[in-house]
Amino acid sequence: MEIKVLGGGCANCRALQAMAEEAVASLGIEATVEEVTDYAAIASYGVMRTPALVVDGTVFLSGRVPDRDEVRRIIQGIAG
Amino acid sequence: MSVAERAATRTALRPWGWVALAAAAWGGLFVGNELAWDRLFFGALHWEGRLGSAMHFFLYDTGKILLLLTAVVFAAAVLRSFVSPERTRAILGGWRQGLGNLAAAGLGAATPFCSCSAVPLFIGFVSAGVPLGITFSFLIASPMVNEVAVVLLWGAFGWRVAVAYLGFGLAIAVAAGWVVGRLGLERWVEPFVYEVTVSGAAMAEGRRPSWGERFGIGRAEVRTIVGRVWPFLVAAIAVGAVIHGWVPEDFFVRYAGPGNPFAVPVAVLLGIPLYSNAAGVIPLIEALAAKGLALGTVLAFTMAVVALSLPEMILLRRVLRPRLLGTFVAVAALGILGVGYLFNAIF
Repeated sequence: MEIKVLGGGCANCRALQAMAEEAVASLGIEATVEEVTDYAAIASYGVMRTPALVVDGTVFLSGRVPDRDEVRRIIQGIAG
Repeated sequence: MSVAERAATRTALRPWGWVALAAAAWGGLFVGNELAWDRLFFGALHWEGRLGSAMHFFLYDTGKILLLLTAVVFAAAVLRSFVSPERTRAILGGWRQGLGNLAAAGLGAATPFCSCSAVPLFIGFVSAGVPLGITFSFLIASPMVNEVAVVLLWGAFGWRVAVAYLGFGLAIAVAAGWVVGRLGLERWVEPFVYEVTVSGAAMAEGRRPSWGERFGIGRAEVRTIVGRVWPFLVAAIAVGAVIHGWVPEDFFVRYAGPGNPFAVPVAVLLGIPLYSNAAGVIPLIEALAAKGLALGTVLAFTMAVVALSLPEMILLRRVLRPRLLGTFVAVAALGILGVGYLFNAIF
């Protein structure tokens, strides 16, 4: 699984990044968590508000920091 | 009604119950805040000297502003859960200059964004064909005309000033965006912005959030925003309290009153590099205004601090060549300057 956190390096983006890594670790699944800070790359996902969470090419949320459970649910949902 | 239906209704109504309860508690605290500090300082302690008056200002204002801020941030976050930048962009793509600037300023006021989203928003708008000037109207209105500023100004100076701020803020956003649009500065946008193509990334199926979830968003927003601004707020109120207690009544009338033509430009120049949101500035300017600093000067300072900031300009530099960035700041600053003078002439 390929998880991407889109954001220009703001505090909210780091918070989301940490949550994603935590969820991956606690679910014990094979996944990479990558931070995308390049604005052209962020824009290519059609995202206008950061931070955004992208899993396997699908944008799951943007413009807010979710709670831990929501991130877990999203990642778990994809992992099936 | 079946048992299951009744249970479903109860679940749907539960969040409203919590909100009603919180609203009642909020009302009690708001009324109690004023009563308690008045009784304590002027009734029980008869502490009416400088220190007493400064302490009263600090405690009363801290309570009042934190309460107002909590309520406004919550209400705005719930309302905002109905508006998305994607929809805003779709609406703005079809407008021409002029009316389009007005629509953009109005939508900007309704959709605040964190300044770290300024660049993705800019790219998203411009690459989708929203004209440059209209995009700027949105970018100026969004931070400047927001619920926090309007409500705090209302609390500090009354509704006339709050409405005037709202109206003039929108006017600046419309005018500055229109001017930037007329100047035809598209070539000073970093070229990669126009080359962005959305790779067709799928958006997860969006469903309408329930009221419970909308209230949840409101609660989370209160935690984030109030959690982030309260130290600045308390610091601003403390400085305000010192000004309140120790600066002579006519201090600013003498040095920066309505008669001084340099007061407004100095306020704008001081405000541009500073970065704070309305919650951090308004308690301070409330104290300054009480000491005779002209209202227009005070509002021009607020607008400059809230709408233009060094961190946002550094971010926007990634998509705007210096010449366009400079033009944008200069046009917005001139608008703010004009409003400052106009306000001083009116009030």
